[in-house]
Amino acid sequence: MWNRASLADQWATWSVRLDRARSATRTVRRRVALFFAIVGPGLIVSNVDNDAGGIYTYAQSGAQFGNTVLWSLIPMTIALYVSLEMCSRLGAYTGKGLSDLIREEFGFRVTFFLMAAVLLVNLGNVMAEFTGVFWATDVFGISKFISVPLSAILVWVLVVHGSAKWVERIFLTICMVYFSYVVSAVLAKPDWLIALLHLLPPHLVRFIPSIRPFAQVPPFNAEYAVILAGLVGTTIAPWQHFYLQAAVVEKRVGPRQYSHTRNDVLVGSISCMVIVFFIIVCTAATLYVSGIHYVDNAGTAALALKPLAGRWASGLFAIGLLNASIFAASILPLSTAYVICEALGFESGIDHKFGEAKIFYSLYTALIVLGAGLVLLFGGHAKVILLWSQVLNGFLLPVVLIFLLILVNRRDLMGDKINSKGFNWVAWISTVAMIVLTVVVIYSSFHEMHQ
Amino acid sequence: MELYATELMGVKTYDDKGNYVGRVREFFIEPAEAPNRISHFLLSRGSFQPLVAKHNQIASVSDKKIQLNVGEKALEVYQPNESWLAVQKDLLDQQIIDTRGRKVVRVNDLDLAEQRSNGNVELRLTQVDVGLPGAVRRLLQGVVPFKMVRKLQSQLPQSSIRWEFVNLIEPDPLRRVKLRITHEKLEDLHPADLADIMEELSASERQSIIASLDEETAAAVLGELDARLTTQIVEDLDPEKAADILEEMAPDAAADVLADLSKETSEELLEEMPGQEAKEVRGLLEFDPATAGGMMNTEFVYVSESATRDEVLEWLRRQDQNFDQLDTIVLLDEKAQYSGVVPVVRMLLAGPEEHLAALRMEPPVSLPPQADEKEVFELFDKYNLRMLTVVDKDNRPIGAITVDDVVSHLVK
Repeated sequence: MWNRASLADQWATWSVRLDRARSATRTVRRRVALFFAIVGPGLIVSNVDNDAGGIYTYAQSGAQFGNTVLWSLIPMTIALYVSLEMCSRLGAYTGKGLSDLIREEFGFRVTFFLMAAVLLVNLGNVMAEFTGVFWATDVFGISKFISVPLSAILVWVLVVHGSAKWVERIFLTICMVYFSYVVSAVLAKPDWLIALLHLLPPHLVRFIPSIRPFAQVPPFNAEYAVILAGLVGTTIAPWQHFYLQAAVVEKRVGPRQYSHTRNDVLVGSISCMVIVFFIIVCTAATLYVSGIHYVDNAGTAALALKPLAGRWASGLFAIGLLNASIFAASILPLSTAYVICEALGFESGIDHKFGEAKIFYSLYTALIVLGAGLVLLFGGHAKVILLWSQVLNGFLLPVVLIFLLILVNRRDLMGDKINSKGFNWVAWISTVAMIVLTVVVIYSSFHEMHQ
Repeated sequence: MELYATELMGVKTYDDKGNYVGRVREFFIEPAEAPNRISHFLLSRGSFQPLVAKHNQIASVSDKKIQLNVGEKALEVYQPNESWLAVQKDLLDQQIIDTRGRKVVRVNDLDLAEQRSNGNVELRLTQVDVGLPGAVRRLLQGVVPFKMVRKLQSQLPQSSIRWEFVNLIEPDPLRRVKLRITHEKLEDLHPADLADIMEELSASERQSIIASLDEETAAAVLGELDARLTTQIVEDLDPEKAADILEEMAPDAAADVLADLSKETSEELLEEMPGQEAKEVRGLLEFDPATAGGMMNTEFVYVSESATRDEVLEWLRRQDQNFDQLDTIVLLDEKAQYSGVVPVVRMLLAGPEEHLAALRMEPPVSLPPQADEKEVFELFDKYNLRMLTVVDKDNRPIGAITVDDVVSHLVK
């Protein structure tokens, strides 16, 4: 019998001679793998944002007001980044989801009513997504009674039986369709200098004499405010915050990996706004210039893609819209069911069987069935659905942001990672601005109804 | 009678002469005295300083009023105390571990039972409500009379956990000691179940649990956890403790953990580990994880092929080692080279004087450490192996891949 130690000695001397380069390549590979594992949630959350309601609002704002809405994109990017960054930081440093934290710090009743609101608002969002499906398939002449139920079933099956990773990848790939707006904007030959100029605050630009003649000043009336509120409402949605923080916790992002996630959120926020910029410039250079100021359906919105795709424009637009809608429709009900069940202490997650997580699956299924069903019933009022889903988002968003701000400034939760003073200022100003815009939208939409 | 914590919140309290004292805002348990007794009631009186009533000052309790057996003067002014467990702040809405159901749950309400002792009434915490009745009570508290709530909740499915099976989670180690929170109950769980529980918790809570487990259990749990979590936990542990835990792990698992850490941290931990273990782990770290060398474990049992069955059994008995997972023994020939393997079952059924060479499995398969993981999978599949020996270029066994290593690589 041999002595274990002596054999180990022999073996150790032998193994030291092994190729050291191999271990070097391994660490590099691990680093890269880690990077890709963490990068993602921020990018996904901002991409899903360019959904049916979003594309409609961007196209509408470009058609109605041309370049004059562009200045709002920079403050919006900052607001989006600030609010999403707070969520991801809260998730990374506490290791808990937003709804869990609200439950632990504000008690059952507050959480219950907040979750009821989340459910209602997200039902509105799901309806907006199925409206997108209806519009997109309408372009190809497919009846909504076929397309909407079919996509609802597709979404349900994809999420319950598919691999989440693959689903995400497929959708993110089709998101490339958005770049057709970039190409189309280039082909429409807008004056880029003037478009970029409009990214600056309009009143500031007027004080520079040499560029004053080129700058259009936005009309500050009710319709303009509604469009602004709509832009904010579609780009910064309450559900994003819950989704992002849950994803950060799920991906086990801790304080050490946090810088990756912050970059991801930053890249996501900026890339989202770049796409919005091109869609608005594109629609301004096509629809606005040719006097089409109101986008009533997918066909009109698709005209913006004429410079790129010619007579295929509407087809291209429809595919982009369909993808965006189904992507959002597959993420929204799932994240809603997840958030609500976590907060109220029910079993959740698609790795459970139906019997183990009845409430989770029931909520998830109900959101899809109701969302699709209501669109079938009220499909004629698509614009009302889109508008109201945004108004509801606008109601909920300041509430979520206030909870978020209170939590992220709690030293007992965050240690020294609470907001800096400057950060708090930006966050509170954007919260107040959103409340003001929401009030304006509500006021004007009621005003419209009573006319 | 049974009472619920929710029902008692805000109840008016009167002293022995029937004068109003204040409303109940919080209850405390003093685990150092009695693990389930409500020891103190916090009574708030508007702008006055809040008072505390002790358990022996309570004459009767109902959901309408609490009667004290002393005058208001006898009550102390409230001073925050870290060694008291606050029912509302520390328990309600927080996550706890259900050690019987082996999962993490959120507390909706607490069930209390009255217990009469001489002249006063004590409340004992009996169960933690994690189901719908507690949720309904919390929602309707103060809005709908409790009688109606009780009627409604009797229709709902109950879901509660006995207080003895509850394990609290407290990230602050000092407070944990003061509250007498131990994780002994968790050590009885299967490491895989405990790992599942840990995955549901936040980083600081995970850290607190790992830090308080004994090294052997901690090592077993780390072996079951998701790789990224393991890395995080080890990074945040005190290096000495981390090294102690790594030492308890199988060398291949320890190497996997160290490989994910930064060079400096892993070097620091290796320094802390005893020479022999550190050497084995260092050796394993040299291999690519997707090769036979990266999958293998350096701990395996090998004997001379000329030994008899009884000699080997006698030798195994004398070892101070846990052989639960042992099912194959490696044979060496007289030149200390690999000559094959013997399944333990064959030894079990063989005669006492039989030589191990006669029990050898055919053919004697082995692989060099550089071999790709695919070759490993193919050999396991082809020969239905449960263990595969890894040999160096002189045909000396340097490690063994067991079927569970293969399974975990396939799952990844």
